Amino acid sequence: MTYAIQAEGLVKSFKETRALAGVDLAAEAGTVLGVLGPNGAGKTTVVRILATLLRPDAGRALVGGLDVVRQAGAVRARIGLTGQYAAVDEMLTGTENLLMIGRLLGLSRPDARARAAELLRNFDLTEAGRRAAGTFSGGMRRRLDLAASLVGRPEVLFLDEPTTGLDPHSRNELWDIVRGLVSEGVTVLLTTQYLEEADQLADDIVVVDHGRVIAQGTPEGLKAQVGGQVLELRPARAEELDAVHRLVAEVSGPGAERTANGLVSVPVRDVALMPAVVRRLEEAGLAVSELSLRGSSLDEVFLTLTGHRAEPERSAPDPGQSAQHTDQTVKAGV
Amino acid sequence: MATLTAPPALPATGRVGLATGMRHTATLAWRNLVQIKHNPMELMDLSIQPIMFLLLFTYVFGGQMSGSTHAYLQYALAGIVVQNGLFATMNTAVGLNTDIQKGVFDRLRSLPIARSAPLAGRVVADLGKQLWSLVLMLALGMILGFHPHSALGVLGAMALMVVFALAMSWLMVLVGMVAANPEKVQMLGFVVMFPLTFSSSAFVSVSSMPGWLQAWVKVNPVTSLVDAMRALLDGGATEGPVIHTLLWAAVFALVFFPLALRAYQRRS
Repeated sequence: MTYAIQAEGLVKSFKETRALAGVDLAAEAGTVLGVLGPNGAGKTTVVRILATLLRPDAGRALVGGLDVVRQAGAVRARIGLTGQYAAVDEMLTGTENLLMIGRLLGLSRPDARARAAELLRNFDLTEAGRRAAGTFSGGMRRRLDLAASLVGRPEVLFLDEPTTGLDPHSRNELWDIVRGLVSEGVTVLLTTQYLEEADQLADDIVVVDHGRVIAQGTPEGLKAQVGGQVLELRPARAEELDAVHRLVAEVSGPGAERTANGLVSVPVRDVALMPAVVRRLEEAGLAVSELSLRGSSLDEVFLTLTGHRAEPERSAPDPGQSAQHTDQTVKAGV
Repeated sequence: MATLTAPPALPATGRVGLATGMRHTATLAWRNLVQIKHNPMELMDLSIQPIMFLLLFTYVFGGQMSGSTHAYLQYALAGIVVQNGLFATMNTAVGLNTDIQKGVFDRLRSLPIARSAPLAGRVVADLGKQLWSLVLMLALGMILGFHPHSALGVLGAMALMVVFALAMSWLMVLVGMVAANPEKVQMLGFVVMFPLTFSSSAFVSVSSMPGWLQAWVKVNPVTSLVDAMRALLDGGATEGPVIHTLLWAAVFALVFFPLALRAYQRRS
């Protein structure tokens, strides 16, 4: 088995903060490794070490079989990096951004121009190619950033939270691009806060918290560990909370809970649960003002895996990420 | 896309040859210059601001200062050029800091290019911009009636300004590397550059200032630079102030070049 990425015992501290406390991970060539974790978990630090931007305090890492510290130059020739912030020059046009990278990578002027045009075409940016990147939408900018990391046809691509802050449409477009790259043999390491994203793209997932890997496995394996969806109901009349809870518990069996903020929540083990609950509520004449089905959120992964909730931003390594939720809430006056 | 083509042959350490490094520097300097095309603000910094300073100082202050705008232009052009030139060195700090904040710096550092190229590219481009405003101001000054002492003096003044700006740019690299954000860099410009350039011989005769201020103004390196530029442009004894200025430039470079480089490498 050939690994495109291998890391053993990576440790990195920033002043007081221990960002990584011994991270091991590996990605087989041609697969996607998802690094999942909350803000401040150390995801970005892992990427920065693997992309030769940071030296680890301890441990070692190989990318394409090359040591990221001692053979950093050769590693750089094989990787592409798309950071959390779209690292395009806003003052340059789309074309100029790609031209610059091409020229830096040693392409001749005509070759760099041809490569830029090819990438803009592939990423649906041809028309925008003449405009300054500062005028691009978030999705376009992210695509341009990704294009910039592909100019040199990297073997290994690092995507650090590539869809944070993107709308669902742009996110789907980006996912499709990543799938396309993987089908061409590129190895991708993707960090994300979203279980759904890791689920969509990754062949393997490592879950990172407090600078450690706390779980790893396939998306299916992890989902089995953390359970599926959760159904939440809010009674229209607060005094009916107990009645609604009793009724839901009858339908679902054990696991239905009353939450502190006046909700009844129950894990969904069977797709028939929600319609059954709705039917029974109607029969009983109990009204609910809110009914929602939530996917396993990262919070739940963490709760299950670590016994604590994902903590908010604590340390410098992953700055400025915005918390977002993957909840699909259906508000309905049932 | 054929993705698994062999990467360009590179030494494992990432060291690249001098010629290749210079090509990387040229590409990144191009990048910093082509930005002007898309950013009217930058064009303003480079062109409109110098023109504005020159016109305002000459026509607003001139009559009061020297009895006639023409006489004051003859006196103050050197000072206005120096003030503008020193302010322009802040572009280096703002530019580098912006690149760091925006992630462009990380992108560049993840490429197999000469480690020094992002820095050198910025400094070279900013010197180019410096030269542009310098030429613009001197040309406009002459159109408005400034009489240079000699052509050689003008060339000497331009060279001196560029040398001093280059020495200052290492301080700016350091600032750009350590500042939290570009706004803080701008602020530094106001609290340091403004007093530094005004408390010099740039705009008025030192003898008109109170004694305590004179004491500072006489040791202010900006005074040396202005005196040297004034001597080169307008005539007078050049040797003393020019040597003085070059010494200052050497001190700046010797102190800040290593510090800037260390901050840069730490970022790398």
